[in-house]
Amino acid sequence: MIASRRELWLGRVLLVVLMLVTVMPFVSLFVTALHESGTYPPGLAWPEVLHWSNFATAFQSAQMGKLLVSSVLIELGVVPVALLIGTLAGFAIGHLRPPGGRWIFLAFLLGLTLPFEGVIVPLYYQIRDMGLLNTRWAIILPLIGLYMPFAVFWMRAHFVNMPDDVSEAARIDGATTWQLFWRIHLPLSMPALSSLGILMFLWTWNQFLLAVVLVDDPTKRTMAGALGAFQGQWGTDIPLLCAGSLLILLPTLVLFVVFQRQFVTALLQGSVKG
Amino acid sequence: MSQQRLDRTDADSREVTAPDAEAFERRRRALRARRLRRGWVAWALVVPAAAFYVVFVLKPIVLTVQYSFYDWDGVTAASWVGLGNYAKLLQDPELGGSIVHAFELILYFSFIPVALGLATAAIIRKFATSRISVVSRTVLFLPQIIPLVAAGIMWTWLLSTDGLVNQVLRAVGLGSITRAWLGDFHTALPAVGVIGAWVLFGLCMLLLLAGMTKIDPSLYEAARIDGAGAWREFFSITLPSLRQEVGVCLTVTVIAALASFDIVYISTQGGPGNATLVPGLEIYYLAFFQRQVGTASALAVALMLLVLAVVLPLQRLNRTGDS
Repeated sequence: MIASRRELWLGRVLLVVLMLVTVMPFVSLFVTALHESGTYPPGLAWPEVLHWSNFATAFQSAQMGKLLVSSVLIELGVVPVALLIGTLAGFAIGHLRPPGGRWIFLAFLLGLTLPFEGVIVPLYYQIRDMGLLNTRWAIILPLIGLYMPFAVFWMRAHFVNMPDDVSEAARIDGATTWQLFWRIHLPLSMPALSSLGILMFLWTWNQFLLAVVLVDDPTKRTMAGALGAFQGQWGTDIPLLCAGSLLILLPTLVLFVVFQRQFVTALLQGSVKG
Repeated sequence: MSQQRLDRTDADSREVTAPDAEAFERRRRALRARRLRRGWVAWALVVPAAAFYVVFVLKPIVLTVQYSFYDWDGVTAASWVGLGNYAKLLQDPELGGSIVHAFELILYFSFIPVALGLATAAIIRKFATSRISVVSRTVLFLPQIIPLVAAGIMWTWLLSTDGLVNQVLRAVGLGSITRAWLGDFHTALPAVGVIGAWVLFGLCMLLLLAGMTKIDPSLYEAARIDGAGAWREFFSITLPSLRQEVGVCLTVTVIAALASFDIVYISTQGGPGNATLVPGLEIYYLAFFQRQVGTASALAVALMLLVLAVVLPLQRLNRTGDS
């Protein structure tokens, strides 16, 4: 496409400005984290003495080690199970197409736009009656349920778009439904599965409402929930708060930089289909 | 789907000659048996997902509706009040105000990212594959992957009295308008909106950009030959082709605005006064601190219905864009 030189430069300048606006909050957070703990530095000023020790202090007072373990445990409880049962249901509705499948699918669609606040009150009493308050199960179990509309929607869309020829050929060769699923469809679904996995990983890691309502102990929460508690505790010590926030952001940022292409694809597709 | 199946059977039967009729009938019966068996397998595969969905989504939705008709403190026996809680939503300025705030946030969460995203994408579309725009794709995505809580903490700091925002304003000679943006009755809600706009802009811009790269370039060439300017080009070609993408952006951002919780909880807790109180936060306060479970549930029902009422019409826009 031909673009005039002026348009090109205008575009570049605009992009740089937008990137600056996006990155400046991170920079401000980082610079502030290096100031002496307990002081009130201005928003963006290079400290005379670099207080790297803030990170160590924040690591200890936020119990970062425990938080990481907790978040990983929650992820392990949510993502594999949700992926598996969401895929099974998506395969059933999208490929096997049982009588009445449309209605089941519509029932799942009902939950697609549900704001979590809409169900948080009864969820609290349900979880309490199950005796699961203040455990990681209080976050894991409801999240699996809350992800189902999207997971089923996503995987169904994938299986509906798979050409029938492949499965018919396998059927003629005498494949059972299980073999068809396990040997043929699953390997072909890896891109859809990995995108869904990334999305559910992010949503779980960043889940805040369920953590705040259902789990009091920050060391049994998700990362986002723990960050909320950390703010409550250290909200007045700005440099320490900034250091702690950065530490809590670090795992996501590292993962994002490593898998950025997959993340961007997943998030773009995720919102288009959602 | 069933239409397709019917057509196939019709075609089959036309090919069948009289002596084959019996064999055909047998085959059809076998097929039906297999479809039925497959139906059972399919139902079995849906069960785990459906079980989680029913227990942790559908049942709570029903319970929320049920709670909303009662006056309940969560401990002692509940008493039936009919639509009383809903009447409160209309009368109580605090409750009604939270809904109004949610709609005001749409302006910042939805319209700013979409409008700004359209403008930016239209400008950088022409060098979408160059290195700077590939880098920008990663950078502009950052706000999407961090927890909203982190965005809230960062911006609370940026918008504070000595924060970066005021520093910049002073540097450009606008020192007179500096203030604690999140603590001022008049600016708190827009300030919260700015945080949301920062989070959602990148996603919208990249979605719109992806849509623009799918537009047939010959359309633009034809427009240029006809002497259309940049404006004309944008409104006659780009915008109409992007209906679906705009619909998606609006859907995602409107839900984010109406159901906002994390950012407000971290940055203002609903204050100053009730200036930034949103339904999500009010449900949380009512149910878990003020022990008014019924009122909280009525607000939750209203919130769920509002989201549907706003989002469903947007989906129609998507579909007409498809055809």
